[in-house]
Amino acid sequence: MNKEEFLQQLRLELHGLPQEDIDSHAAFYGEMIDDRIEDGFSEEEAVSGIGTPESVAAQIVEETPLPRIIRERVRPKRPLRALEIILLVLGSPVWLSLVLALFAVVLSVYIVLWAMIIVLWTVFVSFIAAGLASLAAGVIGLVRGDRPAGLALLGCALVLLGLSIILFFAAKGATKGAAVLTKSIARGFKSLFVRKEKTA
Amino acid sequence: MDAQLKRGLLDVCVLAAIRDEDSYGYQIIKDLKPYLELSESTLYTILKRLEGAGLLTVRSAEHEGRLRKYYHITGPGIARIEEFKEDWKEIQSIYQFVMKEEKVE
Repeated sequence: MNKEEFLQQLRLELHGLPQEDIDSHAAFYGEMIDDRIEDGFSEEEAVSGIGTPESVAAQIVEETPLPRIIRERVRPKRPLRALEIILLVLGSPVWLSLVLALFAVVLSVYIVLWAMIIVLWTVFVSFIAAGLASLAAGVIGLVRGDRPAGLALLGCALVLLGLSIILFFAAKGATKGAAVLTKSIARGFKSLFVRKEKTA
Repeated sequence: MDAQLKRGLLDVCVLAAIRDEDSYGYQIIKDLKPYLELSESTLYTILKRLEGAGLLTVRSAEHEGRLRKYYHITGPGIARIEEFKEDWKEIQSIYQFVMKEEKVE
């Protein structure tokens, strides 16, 4: 891939960002490629050293703040006519609530996800507490001479504490997974706005 | 490394790379290469952030028949590096404290 092809592909991939941002990124990468060539690389090597246009675009989108992407998507390409403004205002009970609903759904997905994580950790803590309590009760039972009940309680304590160890690793893994998921949801939400026009 | 800490370090590294003389994107990446791997898109984001914060200024100059952007450090930019040096002394004393605790065990 030569420099022109790379920059053209990059511009396509960034479609949906503000035009001034696209120009600025393209100029930046064009200069990088020229400087690499001047440093002794061939044009092919200079381009491939930077990465594929897709991976570069993905990184750029990840580092562009979400409000900037959305602002570009909702900015009209020409001034609005009076009629359109009136319709927008009159229609606001409909579209405004739809937009709010969308954000509410995304927010509730986050809340549910993290609520499950909190539940896992709560169960873990309660298993440990129950395990320790049965241990204490079992010991007291044995000391007082009630052997069957005491042994049964000690058995319960071992099972509960054993389960809590497994739960700890499960909760830890789930927390990590939720963090990764939270990040990828944000990325998917952004790409919804950036790549939309290209696929349409 | 902690993301917040790394971000602050990268800012100072880029400022240090243009402290003595104005520099351009490719040169900055090359200068920092022995110390840290910096991707082009990360550098772009840092340069934009530093420019927005007034820690550096940008000028385009002709080079070999094409335009190249040169980055110039400002007073506040130099102040940021000094601030980092001060912070570093504090971090060093904390580091020594942490290491001392470890030895006792």
